[in-house]
Amino acid sequence: MEVQDKVIKLVSEATKMDAANISINTTFVDDLNLDSLDMVELMMKMEDEFGVEIPEDETENLKSIGDVVNYLKTKSH
Amino acid sequence: MQLQRVAVTGIGAICGLGNTLEEIWANAIAGKPGISTIERQDTSAWPVTFAGEVKNFKLSEELMPLKEQDRFDLFNQYALHAGDEAIRQAGLTKDSYEASRIGVVLGTGLGGFPHIEMHHKTFLEKGARRVSPFFIPSVIPNMAPGLMAIHYGFRGVNYSTASACASSAHAIGTAAMEIMLGRQDAVVTGGTEAVITPYTIAGFASMKALSKRNEEPARASRPFDVGRDGFIMGEGAGIIVLENYEKAKARGARIIAEVVGWGATNDAYHITSPHPEGEGTVPCMQQALTQAGVAKELVGYINAHGTSTPVGDVAETNAIKRVFGDHAKKLAVSSTKSMTGHLLGAAGGLESIFCIKALETGILPPTINLENQDPACDLDYVANKSRKVDIQYALNNSFGFGGTNSSTLFKKV
Repeated sequence: MEVQDKVIKLVSEATKMDAANISINTTFVDDLNLDSLDMVELMMKMEDEFGVEIPEDETENLKSIGDVVNYLKTKSH
Repeated sequence: MQLQRVAVTGIGAICGLGNTLEEIWANAIAGKPGISTIERQDTSAWPVTFAGEVKNFKLSEELMPLKEQDRFDLFNQYALHAGDEAIRQAGLTKDSYEASRIGVVLGTGLGGFPHIEMHHKTFLEKGARRVSPFFIPSVIPNMAPGLMAIHYGFRGVNYSTASACASSAHAIGTAAMEIMLGRQDAVVTGGTEAVITPYTIAGFASMKALSKRNEEPARASRPFDVGRDGFIMGEGAGIIVLENYEKAKARGARIIAEVVGWGATNDAYHITSPHPEGEGTVPCMQQALTQAGVAKELVGYINAHGTSTPVGDVAETNAIKRVFGDHAKKLAVSSTKSMTGHLLGAAGGLESIFCIKALETGILPPTINLENQDPACDLDYVANKSRKVDIQYALNNSFGFGGTNSSTLFKKV
């Protein structure tokens, strides 16, 4: 599965939103209405799924699905 | 200062006898046991394998969005579920009064033990960085009243009471005082508990507090019977809407009963055993009567703490005899824990509701499994069959570890 599909699947499971309504441009705060605690939980799930460690100061820059996908791609080579 | 009268305008509950109050009350007056083998978890390694377990519970998504339901421990969800039943019956909204004069005070004895155990397992297995940010919000006792305030927009007094098995009785007492003193116009109160977990069962079992009658769960809770061997863990919630009597009447709410007195004391005796002569519980019941200015002969029914422990049932019987004298033999006493098990911090809420229903309907719920009455327990315990009696006042007793006691007096309207 592509990184993007995996991220969308995880976000869909966490938010109980239909994956069809989540795209690369979807933002966490404005579109998905996630608060800071939701974001911490979501980042934990990403770390588990992709086997990476996302530093706290880095998560502040991850505002959309696209941001996360790009970040994970830079970490996974 | 003129004290305000306190009306009960809504009641809601969930426990092993049913998921709505209508179902619970129908089963209670039919004398049905709500205690059975635990189904939600694998109990093969547990010392006790049965409880007053809630079956087929699913919180409405209107009360908590699906994505949040895994985050908040069950005691929060039972409170919202039973609270909604009570709040709907009362017809209470944030616009009924000034929102900052509508409070929520709920008792819980232990709080979020299931999630404490779950998150602790994650902590041990995966480390600190995997501990969920929702662990603390899920388990703190005052999250149940907090979630209720957020859902309904109630901006008044908001906290939880913790006094073990008297927690929700203390909640009701303090909530009633808020209204009597004119500080609040309405307070949603009562309590909630959901701690059927391996860790808590093991803890209570180590104290030798639990019945071990694993082969016959329905017959295990037998308050005042010679065969009693400990209490049975229950779970659920009992939620009551209290309102300023005159203001509730003015807004057209139906008044179901009135709270007229509250007593609260401590045995100052032992961490878990009750004082055998009721040195704490006698003044507790007396305080409730004194505050109400009600002669003891007018009390027709006591919903006893009656947990089905060898020592506790005798001590409570002795205390009732000391408070009521000759009248002790004329009034009716029952322990509905014989059917629901012991809801711990939610017991006082649920059992206050049984008092309110008894006043409203003129039907007293029985003590079931009372087959061979202990000679040391020599009162009328409404054995095995409910009874039709018109009563004017009903008293709820709730006592807890730490020697804490609470007695609340309700009046028929």
